[in-house]
Parts: sequence; C-alpha cells; structure tokens
Amino acid sequence: MTTWHEYFRRTGSIPEWPYPIRYEKETEVTTDVLVLGGGIAGCHAAINAKRKGAKVIVVEKGPTKWSGDGGAGVDHWLSACTNPCSKVSAEEFTESVIRDLKGYDCGPARYVNARESWDALLDCERMGMKIRDVTDEFKGADFRDEETKLMFAYDYTNRIDLRVYGHNVKPVLYREMKRLGVEVYDRVMVTSLLTEGGKSGTRVIGTTGIDMRTGEFFIFKSKANVIAMGRPARLWSFSTEYRPLWNDMNHTGDALAISWNAGAEFVDLEQSSARMDNPLGYIPYGAGNCSNTYYGTPIVDANGKEVPWVDRDGRQLGSVEERFQPSPQQKFILGLGLRVPLTYENMCKILVRDLSERIRNREFVLPLYADLTRLTAHERRAIFGLMVGNEGKTRIPVYDILTKAGFDPDKDMLQVPVMDPESYSKNVTGNFWSGTILPPFRSVAEGGLVADWDLRTSLEGLYAAGYSIFGAGAHSNAASSGRYAGRKAAAYAMTASEPLVERGQIEREKARVYVPLKQGKRGIGWKEVNIAICKIMQDYCGEYRSEETLKMGLRLLGEVRESEASMVYAGNPHELARALESQMIITVGEMVVQASLARKASSAALNFHRLDYPIQDPPEWQKLLPIRQEGDRVEVRELPQNYHLLPPYAPSYEENYRVHSGL
Amino acid sequence: MSDKTYMVPNPPTPNEAIEFDSAICNGCNACVDACRTDVLMPNPTKNMPPIVLYPDECWYCGCCVQECSRTGAIALVHPLNQSIVVAWKRKETGEDFRLGMKNPPPPNKRPPST
Repeated sequence: MTTWHEYFRRTGSIPEWPYPIRYEKETEVTTDVLVLGGGIAGCHAAINAKRKGAKVIVVEKGPTKWSGDGGAGVDHWLSACTNPCSKVSAEEFTESVIRDLKGYDCGPARYVNARESWDALLDCERMGMKIRDVTDEFKGADFRDEETKLMFAYDYTNRIDLRVYGHNVKPVLYREMKRLGVEVYDRVMVTSLLTEGGKSGTRVIGTTGIDMRTGEFFIFKSKANVIAMGRPARLWSFSTEYRPLWNDMNHTGDALAISWNAGAEFVDLEQSSARMDNPLGYIPYGAGNCSNTYYGTPIVDANGKEVPWVDRDGRQLGSVEERFQPSPQQKFILGLGLRVPLTYENMCKILVRDLSERIRNREFVLPLYADLTRLTAHERRAIFGLMVGNEGKTRIPVYDILTKAGFDPDKDMLQVPVMDPESYSKNVTGNFWSGTILPPFRSVAEGGLVADWDLRTSLEGLYAAGYSIFGAGAHSNAASSGRYAGRKAAAYAMTASEPLVERGQIEREKARVYVPLKQGKRGIGWKEVNIAICKIMQDYCGEYRSEETLKMGLRLLGEVRESEASMVYAGNPHELARALESQMIITVGEMVVQASLARKASSAALNFHRLDYPIQDPPEWQKLLPIRQEGDRVEVRELPQNYHLLPPYAPSYEENYRVHSGL
Repeated sequence: MSDKTYMVPNPPTPNEAIEFDSAICNGCNACVDACRTDVLMPNPTKNMPPIVLYPDECWYCGCCVQECSRTGAIALVHPLNQSIVVAWKRKETGEDFRLGMKNPPPPNKRPPST
C-alpha cells in the first residue's frame, strides 16, 4: 500500500495539506521575456533570451529541473545536419522531410532545426552534458568517429543522428539557467494569456497562473512571451489504472487552450494518430522490440529462429551491418523518433512486411524475443547501457530495475509483448514499438500554432517553441526552436512598449479559476470529467469523422462545459490545477473538432478520414487551414504549404535564415 | 497501531508507485521537489519518508530516485500490470525470468554507460 495508508493506519488521522494555503492571494511580477513552460524548449529559450540581456522568467507547471517530455533524459540527438561528420546539408534535409510530410510541416521550424540542432548540442556540451565517447568505451565501433568521438545512430554513412549521454540534460540546463540569473516559478500552472486591452487577437503581454501547492494567483506581465508548453494528451484516452501514459500527466494542451482563447491561429489539429496514449501499451523501452532506441536489434521466435530484415525494396538483408546503411540510390536514412512517417525515400530497414502472416501459419512461433546477444558487443552496449540508460524514463525504470532483477543483455533475450498477429506488422514503424494499436485511442499528431520565420505566432508578442509549434519533431527540435525563439523574443522585448494589463481581464480570470473550490453538494471529480471528454472524442472525433457527428461532438463538448464539467470539484491546490486542466481539455477538443470541420477532404498525409468527403488529398485541398477564434465565431483561412518561401519571405531557406535568425 | 477498522475507499490504482525504506530515508524531501507531477508530499512527522499521495499520477520516470542521495532509500515500483509482462529468457539454459519473480536470478551489477 502507499505511505498514505501506512500513515493513516499508524496515526488514525488524515494528514493536513503540507503547504500554506494562499487562495486568492495575488502576486504580480514583471519581466522582459516570459517563457511559458520549462521543458527542453523553454529552457533553451530562457538561456538564449538571458544571454541577449533580457530579464527572463520561466513559469512551469512542474519542477523545471526535471520537467517536460525531455526531462527524464535523452539518448538520440536528431537532425544534426551541420555536425562535422554529416553528409547531409540543412537545405537537403529540410526539403526531404517536408516532402515526407507531404508539405504539412512548419518550414521555418524545420530549417531552424536542421541548422541549429548541432549548435544546440554543442551548447549542452559546454553546459556539462556528455556527448562524446571520451572514455573510449566504444573505440573501434562502426557507429563512432575516431577523431570527434561522436557516436551515430540509424545511418552510419550519413551521420545526422547522434547517440548522446543525456540522462541529466535537464539538470544541466537548469543549472545554467540559474547561473545566468533566470527566475524560475515552479509548480505554477498557466491559466490564461493576458492581452492588450483584455481583447482577443491583440498583443500578448503576460499570463495568469495558479500555484499547484498553495493556490496563489500569479500575474506575470511581460513585453515578450515564448510559449513552449508541449503538446496535448489525455484527449482521447485517459486512464491511470492502465499504463503507460506516453506524455506526462501535465500535458493537457494548456498551450493550445490559452492561445485559442487569446485568438491565435492554429493548423493541422485535424491530424491525429493512434500511436501514443495507448492504454494497452507497455513500459516504454522495457519490452522487446527493434524500433527507435532498439533499432537494429535481432528478433527471434520461441525456437530461436531469426526474423529477417528487409530494405525499402523488400530485399532481404544479408548482414546486421546493412541495417545501418542507406540503400543504393537512397540519399539518407532519416531515422526514427522524429514523428515523420516512413516513406520510400527516408525509411530505415524493417522486419519482413508479412510477419503477421508468418506468425499465423506458425513459421514463427510466439513469443518473440529481442536477442541483443546476436549484435556486436559495441552495438549491444550502445543499445542497452548507453541509450537505455540515458533516454528518458530508462535509467531507473528500465536499466536499473531490469539489471537489479538479473537481466543481462550479454546472456538474455528480452521478450516481445504477445499481441494479435496483425499488430506485428501494423505498428507505425513496422517494428512493434509500443504494443497493440487501438484506433479509438488517438492522440493529437503534429497540429499546433502557426509560426513564421521569427518563430512568432499570429499574435504579436507571442513566440513559440518545441511541440507548441505545428509540425513533427523531437528533442533537438525543442532545443533548436527554443534557442531561436528565445533570441527573437529578447530582440523584440528590447524595443517593445511596457505591458499595460487590463484589470477586468484579471478579475474575470480570478473568478473563473477558483470555482472548483466552491462547489456545492454535487461535485464531480476531475478524472471522471477527463474520461468523459475522451469518450466524446472517441465517438464523435475518432478515426472516421463526418459533418453531422462532428457537430454533435461540438455540441456535447459545449454542454459538458456548461453543466457537468462546471461542477468539477477541488479540495486542495493540486486538485484545483487538475480540475482546471479538465476544462482546458474541453477547449482542445473543440479546437480539434473545428479544425476537422474546416477540412472538407480526407487526407492520407494527415491521417484524416471524412466519411462525407472520402477522396484523399485532392489537389485543391493540399494547403494549410489556419483557424482561430474570434468572439463566438471560428475564422478559417487558407495558407499555402510553402508560405515560408513566398512573399514577404525570400524563396530560399538560406536567405530567410540569414535575414531572420538574429545571429 | 490503531485497533479500529475504518471506512476507507479503495486505494488508488496503481497502489504504490514509489516505495521508501524508512530505515534509510531521512526525510530530506529532495525527491518531493524533483517529482514532475507532485505525487509526493512532505510527511507531517519530521525525518519520515514523504507520503505518496498521488500514486495514480506517477509517470514512472524515476527522477525522484535519480535525485536521492541515499542508496536504497527510495525505489520505483512499476504497476503490476506493466511489470508482470517484462520477461526474458536465458539463452544458455532456456530459463524464463520475469520482473518481480519470487526467486530472482542474481543481479547484474554493470552500471549504465555514463
């Protein structure tokens, strides 16, 4: 049982809330640059804004030292095109990825990442993160460069993706932030954006926040803001009894909700995937597989028979080494983890495509195993020891726990989850990464805020970084866009006028946020509200959508907000934040439904299916559809996918970067 | 120790998430401040291990364990439905092992690559 039960049994009493209660108490803080979210993107933004001489504050729902998707560590540093061993230019990389995504990508953010991923990594190295094999543990390995001691993943010829020792990336960033004098407000949930005149669509001049431990009300006034609050989760599936949640509990799409309420523009929210948030998933990195961190791992069946690997042409590979080399005529392997789908151009090697059939006909007998012993000692140690050991949620949850329990990759085969035969071929990467895919349990894919070459959103004073911007990405994207947006925000702050907050906006927000503490007889818990919203989304905004049912979903979400969810109850500051989150989730759901209504065509590229518009990707619909809220209306407009290379911008990435990067 | 029986609702599931050894833990609460989702609360009794108030909100990241400076004071406990299916086979002997088994094999003491 928990220590709570132990305490209760021992003392017969319920412990009192351990932090001072400060409901309604206001604290007002002013700064030049306010960074919303203290994850990887937020920390890089804060550091780089501070280096430009701005006064910087970070506000974070959790503890900045460890928070965010990248907070528990990182093993892969992707898209490092400008590293000394790379054979892929930033331009080539950018164009290739945008093609892979069929144009549904944020061009500026993509190029910024290709240009600055390596620089961001060097910065981390200077701050104290280890990125090279300085102890020569992997000397002689085919994935290691002798001179630089850098180690590579996926494609050992083109070398754009590195293997790094990032288990302490967050403490390293946090220490640097504190050293530079960035002020950090931890355990504060941002509840709304403050805007000029208290109106929607005007300049963003700060935020309001609630302290999750004390319930105190914060007013942050700022000249410039960088929103880096991650990506929404808990929208189609939420269960604390079934595990795992891929995104941590704090990821409820607050960035989307608050920006939507302030009138910002979004794209691609109609895109979803059935990838993460799977209630029937497994301990991340703790089950046998050959994807991502375990890429290249031999898979064998119950009788030790190895499952063959094939290249993009279906040709069976003859050796392990081939798994890490591009195919003839292939420019480069993109690698996994970037959330970019496999295409003929970019794909890594995979297991035979008809594995499901061959399991059904008993050629391969379940269970399967990940047999690391068949790799070279270096590759084996790189996978289990370097990457499992530094990647987020692996050092303790997988490496420590499994090895203490006796697992030895030199002697043992790690069992692959036993699933229905189809799941062995159906998984997004083909290498059964996260267990059975269940279509009703979806997650927002790459939708987010629109950003320009300044990584500014449609709202003045609001810059964006990391997953808050639309488009595929991972850790290094957060780092690159973070440092870029931080520079730009600081530059803007230098000439921006003082923020003048409209008191009415504060009063309205303050009245709203404390309601859950004042519920009468019939309160409803935040979890029950969350799962109910998930149910609406599963049914009315699932894998297949149509006008009639989308509108029903919208009506239900609105009704839930006005009735059941308005009775959400909180008895302490922590519950208060969770209660407010459940209301954010409703807004995010509405945004996704609105985006779905706006796109009157199915799209394979967006994994978006409309029963009433079944034709996939008709040419006239290959465009972005920025949506925003204006009053009680939703405005939709059209934006060409290559907006970032059209006037007022230059036609080349290089030229735009030169003009806008602030370097 | 109380003799009474109380009306207590079903425990949150997963039940535990984080386990403390009160003989080693000195209640410094470093783990409390490391937790991303504020699962742990300081114990009202000084020097006692933190109270796991929200095991259902744990993300199983292990940051709390990484933060702790006293070996053995704190441990991460995966939910049973997750750990029960973590299994491996020893090639040489064909033996099957799993996380949490009654007579586990001797631990593998090799540290991760740092």
